[in-house]
Amino acid sequence: MNRLTRISATLAAVTVAAGFTLAAPACADEYPSKAISYIIPFGPGGESDISARHQQPYFKEMFGQDLVISYKPGGGGAVGWSQLNSMPADGYTMMGINLPHIILKPLQKDVGFKTEDIDGFFMFHYTPDALVVKSDSKFKSVQDLIDFAKENSGKVTFSGSGKGSANHLAQVTFDKLAGIKTTYVAFKGTGASVQALLGDQVSAQWGYTSVGATHADKVRLLAVAMEERHPSFPDVPTFKELGMNFVSGAYRGIAVPKGTPDDIKKKLSDAIGKVNANPDFRKKMEADGFALLDVPADKYKAFIDEKTPGYVEAAKEAGVLE
Amino acid sequence: MAALENLIAALSPLNFLLALGGVIAGTVIGSLPGLTATMAVAVLVPITFSMEPASALILMGAIYTGAIYGGAYSAILLNTPGTPSAIATTFDGYPMAKNGDGDLAMTLACIASVCGGLVGAAFLLVLAPPLAGVALAFGPVEYFWLAVFGLSLIAALSEGHLIKALMGGCLGLLLSAIGVAEVSADIRLTFGSQVLIGGIETVSALIGLYCVPVLIDLVATPDKHLKVTSESKGIRLKEALAISWRGKFNLMRSSVIGTMVGILPGAGGSIAGLVAYSEARRTAKNPEKFGKGAPEGVQATESANNATVGGGFIPTLVLGIPGTPPDAVILGALLVQGVKVGPNLFTSESSIVYTFIWGLFLATILMLPVGLIIGRYAYSSIIAIPKALLVPTVAFMTLIGTYSIRNSTSDVAIMVILGSIGWVLGRFGFTASPIVLGLILGSIAEQGFVQAWTIGAAAENLIGMFFGRPISLAIIAMIVISLFGPSLVRLFSRSPKETVQ
Repeated sequence: MNRLTRISATLAAVTVAAGFTLAAPACADEYPSKAISYIIPFGPGGESDISARHQQPYFKEMFGQDLVISYKPGGGGAVGWSQLNSMPADGYTMMGINLPHIILKPLQKDVGFKTEDIDGFFMFHYTPDALVVKSDSKFKSVQDLIDFAKENSGKVTFSGSGKGSANHLAQVTFDKLAGIKTTYVAFKGTGASVQALLGDQVSAQWGYTSVGATHADKVRLLAVAMEERHPSFPDVPTFKELGMNFVSGAYRGIAVPKGTPDDIKKKLSDAIGKVNANPDFRKKMEADGFALLDVPADKYKAFIDEKTPGYVEAAKEAGVLE
Repeated sequence: MAALENLIAALSPLNFLLALGGVIAGTVIGSLPGLTATMAVAVLVPITFSMEPASALILMGAIYTGAIYGGAYSAILLNTPGTPSAIATTFDGYPMAKNGDGDLAMTLACIASVCGGLVGAAFLLVLAPPLAGVALAFGPVEYFWLAVFGLSLIAALSEGHLIKALMGGCLGLLLSAIGVAEVSADIRLTFGSQVLIGGIETVSALIGLYCVPVLIDLVATPDKHLKVTSESKGIRLKEALAISWRGKFNLMRSSVIGTMVGILPGAGGSIAGLVAYSEARRTAKNPEKFGKGAPEGVQATESANNATVGGGFIPTLVLGIPGTPPDAVILGALLVQGVKVGPNLFTSESSIVYTFIWGLFLATILMLPVGLIIGRYAYSSIIAIPKALLVPTVAFMTLIGTYSIRNSTSDVAIMVILGSIGWVLGRFGFTASPIVLGLILGSIAEQGFVQAWTIGAAAENLIGMFFGRPISLAIIAMIVISLFGPSLVRLFSRSPKETVQ
């Protein structure tokens, strides 16, 4: 009996203690008071991982708490996003989100989440689409490539990361605007796609500006899908300059499980915004080829609504949507 | 002179401690099924931000190489590869342990891992920039044929049970198709369920198919888990060293195979171990002993998989293309540190990379004492713990391990179901390895095939794509040899071996 009471006393103590820890996040004044779990719904080494890794030290420095990064790959992000809303909504769990993924995946099939289920609170940057060739490629300009493709329909091959992805949609959009037909070959992630480019398995790559930054000595960018030239690539024209109305890329941000208190969401959004505004951070990100942007919690929904039609249209062209 | 400076830098007290701590932590993590090198390295990254890039690399490299080695522990003692790299270690490691030679197998694995690690690091040191070209020479079609080669080894390795092994392999291929297809983005074989959308996660399949049947058998039979010979022989180092010396050619060949496969991004330690194992068996004087507790089998796989560590760093550091998932984490950490990877890393910023490579040598050498001590402890605890305690402990670990890979309860359910299926199939003579290899190689083969077909069709030269490239032809030749070699040899030689079958 004695032992039993002792056990129940311990249990009670543990419960009370657990209650306190659970209750703690409710007082938002001290938020964040412990490490925050930051889940990347992909494997390591991709653009989402690298961006999170860049944010990690700045967040720690500014807010005194760690961002603990973990990976939950599978289904092109679907495994992570379909489980996001069943995670604790206490402000200590957040997950990376990507466009066009969270818009297009649920439209393709039931993947366990809907776009509107995702409670995004900040979109912090995008990697603009870029037409990448090897340094020694015979294509010196976008026009070279278009001319060649016009005479050799379907023979220009592009590597890219994934199907129905930003890279794939860029290929479809470009083909339409340039009036050519090329072949897109999907690879598993940007690393494999660059490997195919460098190994001369394909004629060119649909990648991001970040590919040009990471592999600066081995590749050239022919053009970037931005409004204005990227500060790290002042010599690379935009597609707009070349007469093609084509501004696109993969957007990245963070979401919390639904039900996370608004004041905490606001704090998180402000925190990520401050990291994004840090001049040192900006310099590093831009050097790596990212294009920063600031879409805080209150503008998130409008942002998604604005981006959706373009992606959906391109996805229909690409045949990944009915 | 610069080389000497970097060597001395690698031997600084801090780096020494990082290498030692990294190897210890890595070995323990790798030995627990479900805890992977990727996870361990990922958790460490923030700690490394405050370090010099070279020290950060040494710590992460030490953990990584320790974890690949640690995978051998559970492979030998529990028939469960702690990491996918150790799949082929179960072939002979577990039979050795069953026969009472578990201590010897552990020591052999340690020596072989150190040997493989050193060879891999040596290639990284001397030949990294030229060897990176190997990664680029392998296109989709080469990956396809390499995966087919791996699948053909299933057949070659399954003496006497060919049909069952092939059926197991096919089941594995089917399992690999579940979920969202990597290249086509199609959602397949999920039967409308959310559980299967992420596919069958490799490590949870490993745990289920290998470990659950062992657990069930432990409960179902009154025998002791492992046979223990009456007198404790310690780590049997002398005996192991003698065997290792006799097997030096095997060790070297396997280490070189491991390095080369490691250079290929996405191929991984499981293929390296498998190829090295089948080569060891093909060239052995006593191939019939393989699968029944041949020390050469353990030596081949363990040296090959640790050689993939050094090999994998080659494309990571020279091309910026990660060779393996842990390499991908390390690459991310380097980018954040502001280190630009590329051939320049080996010339202009050479102090970082060479200090790291010497650190990797150091960590690998430290693995010998660390591994022998931890290995002895692991072995003696496994044989000392009564079954009534061993089974629930291991069962608990399998659940936690599976859950922790993606924090997913679906993976746990899949693990348990696969384990039960595996046990039932085991009663009918099906083994786990063909299924798991089918699962791992299936997706590599599929991606390679679809990509090669797309590119070949664009060039209007499909036949040339699949059968006209030199490396592809070489791999195809190896497939033919591995499939038909034994029967041809048997046809032309009238050795007494014929009667063995």
